[in-house]
Amino acid sequence: MLTFIIRRLLQAVPVVIGVTILVFSLMHLIPGDPAQIIAGEAAPPAQVEALRERLGLNDPIPVQYFKYIGRLVRGDLGQSIRSSRPVLDEIKIRYKVTFRLAFMSLTVSCLIGLTAGVISAVRQYKPDDTLVMVAALFGLSMPSFWLGLMLIKYIAVQLMLVPPSGWGTWQQAILPVITLGTSGAAIIARMTRSSMLDVINQDYIRTARAKGLPERIVIYRHALKNALIPVVTVVGLELGALLSGTVVTETVFAINGMGRLAIQAISSRDFPVVQGVVLVFALTFVTVNLLVDISYRYLNKRMELF
Amino acid sequence: MNKTAAEIPVSPQGTGTFISGISAFYKKISKNRGALIGGYLILFFIIVAVVGPLLTVHDPFEVDYSKILLAPSTTHWLGTDHNGRDVFTRIVHGMSITLTIGFSSVTVGALIGIPLGILSGYYGRMLDTVLMRCIDVLLAFPGILLALSLVSVLGGSVRNLIIAVGVFSIPSFARIVRGSTMAVRKLEYIDAVRALGASDLRIIFRHILPNILSPIIVQATIRIAISILIASALSFLGLGPKPPTPEWGAMLSQARSYMYDHPHTALFPGLAIVSVVLSFNIFGDGLRDAYDPRLKA
Repeated sequence: MLTFIIRRLLQAVPVVIGVTILVFSLMHLIPGDPAQIIAGEAAPPAQVEALRERLGLNDPIPVQYFKYIGRLVRGDLGQSIRSSRPVLDEIKIRYKVTFRLAFMSLTVSCLIGLTAGVISAVRQYKPDDTLVMVAALFGLSMPSFWLGLMLIKYIAVQLMLVPPSGWGTWQQAILPVITLGTSGAAIIARMTRSSMLDVINQDYIRTARAKGLPERIVIYRHALKNALIPVVTVVGLELGALLSGTVVTETVFAINGMGRLAIQAISSRDFPVVQGVVLVFALTFVTVNLLVDISYRYLNKRMELF
Repeated sequence: MNKTAAEIPVSPQGTGTFISGISAFYKKISKNRGALIGGYLILFFIIVAVVGPLLTVHDPFEVDYSKILLAPSTTHWLGTDHNGRDVFTRIVHGMSITLTIGFSSVTVGALIGIPLGILSGYYGRMLDTVLMRCIDVLLAFPGILLALSLVSVLGGSVRNLIIAVGVFSIPSFARIVRGSTMAVRKLEYIDAVRALGASDLRIIFRHILPNILSPIIVQATIRIAISILIASALSFLGLGPKPPTPEWGAMLSQARSYMYDHPHTALFPGLAIVSVVLSFNIFGDGLRDAYDPRLKA
């Protein structure tokens, strides 16, 4: 197990390096002179030159990259061009909000998705199965921002059941979590169903039933445990979708998190902040999938070492 | 969506051509109800995109302040927006934009992802390791954020939206094609063809590609659904084509300020997105079932 963890950690290293290269290149993908674009069309040449110097754009590109890495290692993500504050500080105050939103949505997605998926599989081709699968198909096909708008309009404004925007109280979290969690719940429900059906049709489940075990124990103790394995991988990948979903959800509900920060930074051409947010999102995703792989291994001890 | 194309068993048909691959594909889907319904819906939407704009009576761009935010009626089936433009007409005109973005971005993703996957799966070893790590890097970027940063750098337009969303599809194509290629490459007949002196290029194009066509098609269908959703989200965030383009995501973004008193402005463009994405998902599910009889049990 320990060797697996170490090997998996080592495997993540090139990915992290690749992530930093891609984030670094972002600045250089800008057509034309990034300093000029950041400073604005009308900026005087002296100001552009000062900015170029400040961003280190006069060095050769590999030198710039290594300087960038050097700063990253020291926890320096650069300075926001608009607010002049360190990017890390800007992210720090928002990271918790976004992470909490994503984590709550993931939890809700898992609870709903797993329950619905198991019901669907156990009652295959019955009306409840059809209902769950149709609902999942819709959940998968809805743009989350539209779902958010409709929830605000009908649940928050018309019925006045919950506040329409903001973040802080638990009531304010309800609609964003539904908005962000719906597609995840749909994906997990579909995955759980097909995985359960795979398992239920296998010999050892028939044996368990033949032994006279109650159906409840057969389903929960024998089938679900094995059916969960592929679902865990999906949950890890789902977090990536959830993190990018926060960008949309935070905008719709006016939540001051990292996603909204990214949008604001993009529209004001504050590229150091954009780079910082993208980097933090990507590293979070890599870390979570590392944890998922390790728990996957833990769940599936029979899996041969490769 | 998760029982992805990767798990579709590749069906070795010996030597094959694209034509035989495609005719086998037709035969297969014609037996699946979901695939048929989804397929017909998609066909219907394509027809709407091509013919629809010729049949609408209202102008999708003409601003008329005497008709602002009218509720749905017999003259304006889905009402009018804040500029007095007919919502139904704008939705019909937006259909071609949505479908173009969906098809083109997936084509971009497939054109880059498929060769990467074949190279990785066919040659294996070092090349495979390097390519797959690159794919991992791409996968590590949350989709919308990757597309978002690309669009922010390139600027907002339909073309840039297609590129940005297409890049996001590369990893999934590469992974699925790699898996299928590895499965086919191990089959005996590939050894046989190689023993007969076929070149790598010939083996790849004549013997591997036709046999991995089905998982690719299934994946492409699913990706179109996802790409349309992402593109509409980017557009909603203001990174899509500029107004007054009747792009559905952009329409929703404008409707945000009016939807409280005039819900039809936000309801219908959203329903349009849902129906198109839904039909691609139904089609994709049907295709996958047709190719994976195991799941039908």
